[in-house]
Amino acid sequence: MLTILFDGIAYGMLLFVLACGLAITLGLMNFVNLAHGAFAMAGGYATVVMVNWLGIPFIFSLPLAFFVTAALGLVLERTLYRHLYGRTHLDQVLFSIGLVFMAIASMDYLMGSSQQFYKLPEALKGQFDVFGVGIGRYRLLIVVICGLLALGLQIVLAKSLFGARLRAAVDDPRVARGLGIPVNSVFAITFAVGSGLAGLGGALATEITGLDPTFPLKFMLYFLIVVTVGGTSSLTGPLLAALLLGITDVTGKYLAPQFGAFFIYAVMILILTLRPQGLFSREK
Amino acid sequence: MRMSSREVSSSEIKTTQPALTPQAFLLAKTKWRWPEVAFWLVAFSLIWLMPNRHLLLNEIAILGLFALSIDLILGFAGIISLGHAAFFGLGAYAAGLMAKHGIGEPVVGLLVAGGIAGIAGFFSSFLILRGSDLTRLMITLGVALIFHEIANRMAWLTGGADGLLGIIIPPILGQFEFDFRGATAYTYSLVVLFLLFLLARRIIHSPFGLSLKALKDNRLRAGTIGIASARRIVAIYTLAAAYAGIAGGLLTQTTAFVSLEVLDFARSADALLVLVIGGSGYLYGGPIGAIFFKIMKDGLSALTPAYWLFWMGFALVVLVLVGRDRITGFADRLFAPVVALFGRKAR
Amino acid sequence: MSVLALETRGLSKSFGGFKANTDVSLKVQAGARHALIGPNGAGKTTFINLLTGVLPATAGSVWLQGEDVTTISPQGRVRRGMARTFQINQLFNELTPLETVGLAISERTGFGAQWWRRIGTNSAVVDEAAELLMRMRLGDVMLRQTKVLPYGKQRLLEISLALACQPSLLLLDEPAAGVPEDERHEILDIVTALPESVTVLLIEHDMELVFTFADRISVLVQGMLFAEGSVEEISNDPRVKAVYLGEEAHV
Repeated sequence: MLTILFDGIAYGMLLFVLACGLAITLGLMNFVNLAHGAFAMAGGYATVVMVNWLGIPFIFSLPLAFFVTAALGLVLERTLYRHLYGRTHLDQVLFSIGLVFMAIASMDYLMGSSQQFYKLPEALKGQFDVFGVGIGRYRLLIVVICGLLALGLQIVLAKSLFGARLRAAVDDPRVARGLGIPVNSVFAITFAVGSGLAGLGGALATEITGLDPTFPLKFMLYFLIVVTVGGTSSLTGPLLAALLLGITDVTGKYLAPQFGAFFIYAVMILILTLRPQGLFSREK
Repeated sequence: MRMSSREVSSSEIKTTQPALTPQAFLLAKTKWRWPEVAFWLVAFSLIWLMPNRHLLLNEIAILGLFALSIDLILGFAGIISLGHAAFFGLGAYAAGLMAKHGIGEPVVGLLVAGGIAGIAGFFSSFLILRGSDLTRLMITLGVALIFHEIANRMAWLTGGADGLLGIIIPPILGQFEFDFRGATAYTYSLVVLFLLFLLARRIIHSPFGLSLKALKDNRLRAGTIGIASARRIVAIYTLAAAYAGIAGGLLTQTTAFVSLEVLDFARSADALLVLVIGGSGYLYGGPIGAIFFKIMKDGLSALTPAYWLFWMGFALVVLVLVGRDRITGFADRLFAPVVALFGRKAR
Repeated sequence: MSVLALETRGLSKSFGGFKANTDVSLKVQAGARHALIGPNGAGKTTFINLLTGVLPATAGSVWLQGEDVTTISPQGRVRRGMARTFQINQLFNELTPLETVGLAISERTGFGAQWWRRIGTNSAVVDEAAELLMRMRLGDVMLRQTKVLPYGKQRLLEISLALACQPSLLLLDEPAAGVPEDERHEILDIVTALPESVTVLLIEHDMELVFTFADRISVLVQGMLFAEGSVEEISNDPRVKAVYLGEEAHV
């Protein structure tokens, strides 16, 4: 039972890393980017290519996956996304759905439609017992990496100069520009880092969720749940929401597999209907 | 000199109001214009003019109706939905299950399909009354996913991933047999589309329709002049869901098959793309967009069968980037006389 | 004693720890020209939002013509005769003034939810709308789109829209705010020419307008009712002067 709980926590942590970039672009920059999952997928495929084809050790391929997707995010932000910051949500939705479709078709073309796997190093396989609780090594790695990331992000956003600049730029871009904050580069860097984190999440997720070209669509709603249910006032909300979602999903699939994801959707609709601002955000 | 003065006066035609009484002005806005008449005349004449493309035309009519149903909530009430396929699928399964279990009469089937989808729309409309665009979009998406999940799990009823087999559709009203070339199918779908279009046109030109536009424009003010916004939204959402259900029912009846595809996310997204192409808020966006969409999809599928999805995405990205306003603005200038005659206001 | 047009009893609103309105008890006589004034941030807009039901009150009650309307929806209060204008225009930009006003009239007369009838076929509604707009000096622009109208005309439409609800109580939230000097008189004329049967509560910042228009004045400071009286009483009240000059009141 506790093993399931641990798996749920690991899954939740993973969802957090996958979605936290979205929490920033959507929560802070108010940009509805449904294509966030496409960056995660890019990270996943990048890892598959690096590990299976180029023979780069798994551990080194993780940071590389981050940088590859961050670079991809930066390029797309500079060329496409930035034109849509001021647009209506409908435009942003349509635009990012378009990107998702393109990403799915491209990956299908490049890598085929089948599930992708990579070889994990021996050291990360299997599980060990701690007081009778089976702990998967790989899942432990995820919890450690994601926990550190969550902590680091929170510190950067709350304490650093960059975090302050970002919040200022989001609050009122015109005033921020007047204060000499390079708003465009702040947004670009934020977007790139968010995409990079999604890529890292995708790299880690392949082993657990599987990876095929429909990944961005399959998990689109999960990412959105983490952000909207968690609320956007801090990263703690999304983290809690991600953990809740992860644990519920894993337990649900273990205890009542016939319901599938039904339960998750129902709870999400209930929460959003009752508290449109999110579960963990203070009412305005 | 003469030339320039003529130019000035012709460019000012748009800004100066014709001397109309207020009542005549309002009535003129709702009058049928000749391009509208021409549109429907052409659509009906295709029954005889393009007998070998009836199957494609039938799909266009159904997609046009589905997009029209989204236009009702998006274009007139400003509600974004990513899950309208839920109602389409519900109608499709309702019609399919009825036909499979003996009540095959198409018109009855359509009414039931629309009714069931409408009931589902009524209940889910309460979920989208509060919140922002984003929460609405997630709730509609979530509702559609739940429907998909239910249809998938209840394979004993729906046939699950294999689809519902063994649907036999008797002649419409006992008179018109469905033929495999699609002549009856197209005629049937077009008549249904036309009738529902007439109803929608009447509704948007009514006080109720005007109050929807006001809600979309400024919900705060609408409330302070006494418009009960929640009730209006429930009403139009229910109606739109019923339209979608009828569109789904048409698909089942004219193809004698239903599968999980009717509930796919891609179906909702396709219809949104149709509206992006055709424009929203003037009712013809759905039918016109559907024509371009289907022709495009047909062409692209022939070109790169597996990857037409890429080009669909590409179209969405480009259309949005260039700007929906700018495209319609360009179209306005290009086809200004025609568009004006369609009764769409130059934005 | 005649029924009060509007009364609030201990009306309060707080946002988290911030008290925007505290224990406001206000009485507005029927037919009055009552002004509510106060410096920026005094809580005037919060107060009007409580009156109209846009915000729920934390405590206290609102009475309209002797009826407790505290828990009634904004639309319900409109039907009971309360209409308002907004400090910042809240209009339907895509519609024409004729449609805008017609909408409110249809709603009031119960035709608003009709879906089978074409707009314009109900001549009673159209005539009333056109007549009102003429009277409000909007006759020449009533077939234009609202968003292309000059600002002064939009302010007039703001008031027309409230009048179309045929209110017994009209709340005017800074009706002349932002209107250029040469168009101001048009709005003042309209406001002073309002029929006796309509009770007016004017929320205003501009003292000149208040002193020419109002017969009774209430002063709101820091969310609390600070003073109340006739125009003379208030204009001679040293404490009120002090508040407006931003000085400490030494009484």
